[in-house]
Amino acid sequence: MATLARLQARSSTVGNQYYFRNSVVDPFRKKENDAAVKIQSWFRGCQVRAYIRHLNRIVTIIQKWWRSFLGRKQYQLTVQVAYYTMMMNLYNAMAVRIQRRWRGYRVRKYLFNYYYLKEYLKVVSETNDAIRKALEEFAEMKEREEKKANLEREEKKRDYQARKMHYLLSTKQIPGIYNSPFRKEPDPWELQLQKAKPLTHRRPKVKQKDSTSLTDWLACTSTRSFPRSEILPPINRKQCQGPFRDITEVLEQRYRPLEPTLRVAEPIDELKLAREELRREEWLQNVNDNMFLPFSSYHKNEKYIPSMHLSSKYGPVSYKEQFRSENPKKWICNKDFQTVLPSFELFSKYGKLYSKAGQIV
Amino acid sequence: MSQRQVLQVFEQYQKARTQFVQMVAELATRPQNIETLQNAGVMSLLRTLLLDVVPTIQQTAALALGRLANYNDDLAEAVVKCDILPQLVYSLAEQNRFYKKAAAFVLRAVGKHSPQLAQAIVDCGALDTLVICLEDFDPGVKEAAAWALRYIARHNAELSQAVVDAGAVPLLVLCIQEPEIALKRIAASALSDIAKHSPELAQTVVDAGAVAHLAQMILNPDAKLKHQILSALSQVSKHSVDLAEMVVEAEIFPVVLTCLKDKDEYVKKNASTLIREIAKHTPELSQLVVNAGGVAAVIDCIGSCKGNTRLPGIMMLGYVAAHSENLAMAVIISKGVPQLSVCLSEEPEDHIKAAAAWALGQIGRHTPEHARAVAVTNTLPVLLSLYMSTESSEDLQVKVLFPWIFRYTSAEGGQLSTT
Repeated sequence: MATLARLQARSSTVGNQYYFRNSVVDPFRKKENDAAVKIQSWFRGCQVRAYIRHLNRIVTIIQKWWRSFLGRKQYQLTVQVAYYTMMMNLYNAMAVRIQRRWRGYRVRKYLFNYYYLKEYLKVVSETNDAIRKALEEFAEMKEREEKKANLEREEKKRDYQARKMHYLLSTKQIPGIYNSPFRKEPDPWELQLQKAKPLTHRRPKVKQKDSTSLTDWLACTSTRSFPRSEILPPINRKQCQGPFRDITEVLEQRYRPLEPTLRVAEPIDELKLAREELRREEWLQNVNDNMFLPFSSYHKNEKYIPSMHLSSKYGPVSYKEQFRSENPKKWICNKDFQTVLPSFELFSKYGKLYSKAGQIV
Repeated sequence: MSQRQVLQVFEQYQKARTQFVQMVAELATRPQNIETLQNAGVMSLLRTLLLDVVPTIQQTAALALGRLANYNDDLAEAVVKCDILPQLVYSLAEQNRFYKKAAAFVLRAVGKHSPQLAQAIVDCGALDTLVICLEDFDPGVKEAAAWALRYIARHNAELSQAVVDAGAVPLLVLCIQEPEIALKRIAASALSDIAKHSPELAQTVVDAGAVAHLAQMILNPDAKLKHQILSALSQVSKHSVDLAEMVVEAEIFPVVLTCLKDKDEYVKKNASTLIREIAKHTPELSQLVVNAGGVAAVIDCIGSCKGNTRLPGIMMLGYVAAHSENLAMAVIISKGVPQLSVCLSEEPEDHIKAAAAWALGQIGRHTPEHARAVAVTNTLPVLLSLYMSTESSEDLQVKVLFPWIFRYTSAEGGQLSTT
């Protein structure tokens, strides 16, 4: 009981004391917290620094090895280049040595060698003489050829003259102008005339027709070609001797143009084309393309009464489908058969036979 | 009936056009008519007729235009200004061979006068069509196209480059191999005019394999063809040592020496030009020429010619002698010096005298032996008189003065001081 009373007497101050005791510690708490934080941060810093130091050391080792590797590679290249240069210098030096010796030898033997020079000049002069002679011969040969050509030309001209003047030849009765009776010998022209063969008259050349007719104007407006005759003219050649047929006939026969038969000349689906033609002509006469419809208002009020056939359930059998021309399913390939009527040969040879039987005189 | 009358009208018009264009083409052949024709405004009329429906009229109109443009460069400029060229080029591709010939003739006539006109032709795209014409079957068309290309390429290096870029060179080399002489001539002259401007163009010509064919055709008897071939080879070889070596490898020696004996003056001149261009590059090439006996042939050729045809031969001797003293000695023993002194004294022209004096100087300058060989022929008085005379040109005096007086009036050559 006494403790209770004591406690109760003290109860009012307990709260204060509790509060007071707790609050005294507070600044120390903060101080201690700060101290702890400081210690921790310092320690962590040391830890991290140690770690970084460790990493640096390792990285240094790696870099060291890598750089040494690169350096060794570079060194190999440098060594190769240096070796190469050294060898090339050696070769060049050797080549220079060889060239030096050779040039010295050459100059001493050929260029500064007086006797060799004399030899050379002698050879040169001999070559010169040979060339001069050869060229002289060449020029002479050319001269001769030219003279010969001139002579031949003269000869030909004289021959031609003689042939033209052959009628001046002397006969037995009448001496010609070159064979005067007062001369001891006949003139050389006389002999020439005797040897010459008379010229023949020139056959008149086949003249090309002057094409100035109207159809030719129409023909030449095309940019393809000049106006030309239908028959190709032959290349000019010598007239053959002998009784030959007239050349124009022969050419007409030889270059006769193609005359196809009726069967070839007409197209194969002529019937269809003719039908199309007819349809087109009829279409020309149409006033309007639409189907002509009846007037709609005329039977508006009337009701349509269908027939018995139409009002039944059963429709008629569509017999259109039996026919191949109306039913595409019956076609063998994707097109219908064509109606082809070939023309017949009855009149194809009309007027082209040799016989004149039946012609009206 | 009325159709016939209508067609009659058209026919009359066509006849009138044909007659007009034929008369104009005929009148254009005579120079005195051309002024009158130009004043009458024939250019615009021919231009419309060029677009005519009838092919004969087109061709005759093109022919008349070509003759007019051929006459002088004002008319050629008028042709260019009237926009006739694009029409020509366009229809060149599709028409027949007579039209192609006439149109190529017009292009040639326009292109030959000046570089600007040739540039105008290139600008309207004519080169491609001309190259297509070079592939045609008819040799007349090929000849006309090659001639037009030649006149275009003649003026300067850019135009030649344009012709080469259009792919003309291989076709020209094919044209050279054709049997017709006229075509060969024109193709050779076209290649010569292309190659003359620069080393690259000459290299292009050589790359197309032209040198072998040209070298084969030296033996052809036709004089004009030889003239063009030799000109082409000399234009190729003049640019560099490699090109000259390539020409020599085609085995032109000693065939070229026969051309020095030809009757035609131009063939001789071009042959000596070719040898000069080969010999001038290096001592080895000159040695080759001397070994083949070229010096003797050239000296004979100089002896048989007169005037300007001698000039390349004289220069060739100078070049050969200039390379080394052995070659100069070779020239001396081939009896070159008397010939040169004869040229010096008897030629009236100054530049030939100057060249002869220079050649003698090159021969004589190496050693006293050479100088003595020259002095023996009594050329020195002639040289001195030329130097002293008032009417000789500066060039001549310089060439005479330099090798002699500054070199050999000193110690050596007692013979020299006595003369």
